[in-house]
Amino acid sequence: MSASVEGTPVEKARAIGREIARLHADDVDRQARFPKEAIEAVRAEGLLAASVPRELGGLGATVPDVVSMCQGLAQGCSATGMVFAMHHIKLLSMAAHAAGSDATQGYVREICDKKWLVASVTSEVGVGGDLRRSVCAVETTGDTFSIVKDATTISYGAQADGLLLTARRHPDSAPADQSLVWLKPGDYTLEQKSEWDTLGMRGTCSPPFLVRGKGRADQVLREGFGDIAPLSMVPLSHLLWGGVWLGIATEAVSRARAFVRAEARKNPNGPPASGLRLSELQARLQSFRTLVYAMAEEYNGAMVNKIDKDHLLSIGYALRLNNLKLVASTSVAEIVTAAMPICGIMGYKNTSPFSLGRLLRDSFSAQLMINNDRLHMTNAQLLQVYKDDS
Amino acid sequence: MQNQIRTILQQHGKLGTDATSLAEDADLYQAGMTSHASVNVMLALEGAFDVEFPDRMLKRSVFESIRNIHAALSELTGGR
Ligand SMILES: Cc1cc2nc3c(=O)[nH]c(=O)nc-3n(C[C@H](O)[C@H](O)[C@H](O)COP(=O)(O)OP(=O)(O)OC[C@H]3O[C@@H](n4cnc5c(N)ncnc54)[C@H](O)[C@@H]3O)c2cc1C
Repeated sequence: MSASVEGTPVEKARAIGREIARLHADDVDRQARFPKEAIEAVRAEGLLAASVPRELGGLGATVPDVVSMCQGLAQGCSATGMVFAMHHIKLLSMAAHAAGSDATQGYVREICDKKWLVASVTSEVGVGGDLRRSVCAVETTGDTFSIVKDATTISYGAQADGLLLTARRHPDSAPADQSLVWLKPGDYTLEQKSEWDTLGMRGTCSPPFLVRGKGRADQVLREGFGDIAPLSMVPLSHLLWGGVWLGIATEAVSRARAFVRAEARKNPNGPPASGLRLSELQARLQSFRTLVYAMAEEYNGAMVNKIDKDHLLSIGYALRLNNLKLVASTSVAEIVTAAMPICGIMGYKNTSPFSLGRLLRDSFSAQLMINNDRLHMTNAQLLQVYKDDS
Repeated sequence: MQNQIRTILQQHGKLGTDATSLAEDADLYQAGMTSHASVNVMLALEGAFDVEFPDRMLKRSVFESIRNIHAALSELTGGR
């Protein structure tokens, strides 16, 4: 696929997943290299701006549509889907909180216009995966600031054009009093601290880096991260990641289905025994898919026009959103695992069309991206007062 | 009721300021109450006033200020 693809943004993303990402997925995985072919195709089609409202220079895709793009890309290559997802989580979150700030609106427009790829810097040495605490702080002097962050994991840090980073608002601020900071190309340097040689999601290229940045004071978003996190960053993370994991699960089931079909064609005399397992798997995939898209529709409804803070900041919503992540991240690994006995040795081999090894390894990252036990701890706290009475 | 609310906020709200002298409409989240701390405040209020906050009340706006908490509790106790 070299010429530009026809169709809606969703159709374009799905075509890139099918025709480009898939082609390079095994090489990306083997070499733990960035999926540059697929991401460049995404960039060339203007899809790096897909999620941003039209008035800010984007394509104005709905959240369910962006989830669908993540799914389609991940069906071809999990790492491609995850890079696309993380970029849109950051960019759409920034756009969602741009109202009332000419500066932020201008930066979002510039990102869309220049087709920049944005990476995420939340995890930090000393706080691990706790999104709502930072060690590093924004140091402001006049109308400029500087920042140094010891980041444990920055996916495609070396390939990104800019970074969206969490930090304490001020050197005297408490760990949870955080701001979101936009670092443009040229604003920062990265010192890679070690390798990214992992079980799966190898193509996300996510090693630890020391980030040194500086910029204009208006690159610090005005809205505090305490509001940005529950209103946009966390919902978008769970939804778009959910789309990626759904893509991985869908690919595993589709390999299992192809295997069973091949068996059935050899002996068209009623379904083979593996057909029962397939039936089970298809039911689980359907409920997984329904969950992800229903939650995406609900969030989209609470986002359009004006952010419905009352709904998004309720305990009931926080619980259900955490449950989406918990169910999606465990479902993906369970579904790929359950596809293995269906495909048998052909699933176990790395070089068969029914191979499940890469998908299985990729699927294990889901429960670590914000450790599920952290979410269970949060839910345990919320369940002390939640009644499930509505 | 106000004083009891203030005492509970003082004990469980993890506020950066003194809850006993805070303005009635001051934003408690701005004053440093985390969502984790707010759940502990809800639990303590349910215990102290022998009420149960229904889910429709379990949102940030209801626990955002002493005045709002007071209003929610008054609704649940029916002024008892
Ligand atoms: C493929 C991939 C890509 C990633 N990309 C990025 C990226 O681009 N940018 C970025 O910032 N980060 C990224 N991350 C990091 C990710 O978001 C998490 O921060 C990281 O996976 C958490 O690492 P951890 O398990 O060491 O830390 P923790 O979450 O700190 O967990 C460590 C252990 O502590 C336990 N634990 C600690 N605190 C608690 C608590 N309060 N409640 C319950 N249990 C607790 C956990 O159960 C676990 O056993 C990526 C991770 C992966 C896997």
